[in-house]
Amino acid sequence: MNFDLRLPIGLMFSLFGAILVVYGFLSDKAQYARSLGYNVNLDWGLFLLGFGALMLVLALKSRKDS
Amino acid sequence: MQHPTLSLGTIDYAILVIYFLFVLGIGWILKRKVKGSSDFFMSGRSIPAWVTGLAFLSANLGAQEVIGMAASGAKYGIMTSHFYWVGAIPAMVFLAIFMMPFYYGSKARSVPEYLKLRFDEKTRGFNAISFAVMTVFSSGISLHALARLLELLLGWDYNFCIFVSASIVLVYIFLGGLTSAIYNEVLQFFMIVLGFAPLVYLALKDVGGWDVLKQKLIPVATSQGFAPGTWVNSWQHVGTPSSNPMGVEWFGMVMGLGFVLSFGYWCTDFLVVQRAMVANSMSAARRTPLIAAFPKMLFPILVILPGMIAIAMHQASGGHLLPMGADGSPDYNMTIPVLLARYFPAGLLGLGFTALMASFMSGMAGNVTAFNTVWTYDIYQTLRRSSGKAELPDSHYLAMGRFATVAGIILSIGAAYLARQFNNIMDMLQLVFGFVNAPLFATFLLGMFWKRTTGHGAFWGLLGGTLGAALFHGFALSQGAHPGIKGGWITPEFMFHSEMAQNFWMAIVAWSSCFVLTFIISLATKRNKTDAELTGLVYSLTERPKAEIEAWYKRPLVLGIIVLAATLILNILFW
Repeated sequence: MNFDLRLPIGLMFSLFGAILVVYGFLSDKAQYARSLGYNVNLDWGLFLLGFGALMLVLALKSRKDS
Repeated sequence: MQHPTLSLGTIDYAILVIYFLFVLGIGWILKRKVKGSSDFFMSGRSIPAWVTGLAFLSANLGAQEVIGMAASGAKYGIMTSHFYWVGAIPAMVFLAIFMMPFYYGSKARSVPEYLKLRFDEKTRGFNAISFAVMTVFSSGISLHALARLLELLLGWDYNFCIFVSASIVLVYIFLGGLTSAIYNEVLQFFMIVLGFAPLVYLALKDVGGWDVLKQKLIPVATSQGFAPGTWVNSWQHVGTPSSNPMGVEWFGMVMGLGFVLSFGYWCTDFLVVQRAMVANSMSAARRTPLIAAFPKMLFPILVILPGMIAIAMHQASGGHLLPMGADGSPDYNMTIPVLLARYFPAGLLGLGFTALMASFMSGMAGNVTAFNTVWTYDIYQTLRRSSGKAELPDSHYLAMGRFATVAGIILSIGAAYLARQFNNIMDMLQLVFGFVNAPLFATFLLGMFWKRTTGHGAFWGLLGGTLGAALFHGFALSQGAHPGIKGGWITPEFMFHSEMAQNFWMAIVAWSSCFVLTFIISLATKRNKTDAELTGLVYSLTERPKAEIEAWYKRPLVLGIIVLAATLILNILFW
């Protein structure tokens, strides 16, 4: 049996999300002029964090079940 | 406007490096699971359907998809979606419902091996050798395209790019075999979707939304002499080839692209079929192409829409968005890089850029895993057996698989440099592959659904179809092209509006000649397989898969109908 692929997917995107969120807070707001004024690092980082967490939860849940 | 340059910051490099660490890490962890050749080449047939499904889609995401489809979106508008809604979905559903039972049920380890079981050794040999050569060159072209893009956008050294990308692909396939390639393809799928989704959102928002985009695409069409709605209607302008930028009429589109080329690729190309063949059950194998079909259906939003937005903005700005190519028209291939540079700040840029690299590498990895399997099972093992040598232990084939992976990568690197040096050689090779591939689906269709088809019929039919394609090429030419590699080298007898139309019709000719020849020769020759031998390989001699006691959302037929209906609705919406 192979390992659950949702584990690395969840880990990687949680990590990307966390990096983007932190960077979104710290970075110079002037650079968001190009992204139409949205702090896309913060917004998309949060989304990625959510997606990664969901994958992790699903992976851990199925591990518990089996 | 100059070619865009991307300047990556520390955070962008961090994301790139983390991604590659995960890619290599997956290979490293899977190494422990590879105990024999069937683990290496077929993942021990243990992969769940959602994984094989996304890998099925991702393996097809080669160099063409992201860069090329965005370019086509700019060049042709929404008609590009025919490559998805006509040229992919129906074939994927057909593969799942009708063909997968034979591929999976026959326990064949590759598509050429199915041909051997169904027909004979020479038909397998023809397919295996042409396929092996083709995968090496496709992988080389992916590699070359990636290195050239990085050279252009980031000023990286070409040789360095080739070396690094080839090494990464080599390491993770060498360690974990097919499972590693499949797992990484799924990772790449999510990278591509999650890396480009914000780009599409920002670009669409900036242009003013879909309705404004439609307005802005009117001058794009009229300035090139087409009806105002040409860029936003997928079917209204295909009555005659001169009324749309593809230069294609509906019959060539539906038969050439929708039937021959599409079914020929999705249903017989081992690169994609391999992903479904290693699923953990018959039901999972049949669901694989269907699970892929849902995202495939929506991919135009991700890859074609940005191209349409870019060309609308290019036109509105008086030609100041896309860089100009050597021939005086916009360099459409720069669509995605231009948009990335325009909208993504540091941070997200790293994500988008990594997604772009991922799309090239998934194309390459898919080719390498298909190559090492076909080489080891269909060429090497077959030659050994036919020369009567003693059977070797399984560990020998595992070692051979790893060796073939290294060899495949080295050959791909060679092909990449060849592509860099001689553009014409690549055009020539792709042309020849076109000749070989176009008739293939006729062989499978007759083989799977008519038990009377013989080995001689299949082999000579294939060869005849290939020659038919080459011959047709000698008589056909597209407007503005010079006789030679573009066609018409015998005499330009048939003129087409565009190269694309010429290709679609070449495919139709190749398929029809193969079909007719295979049919006639099969009737004239004796059957080389008995009914008993063909059980599980031919439709009429195989028991239907039992009415599965599964939830409705797992049944292939139900899923197939849903995806076809949804595709039909999309076609009507964007009629």
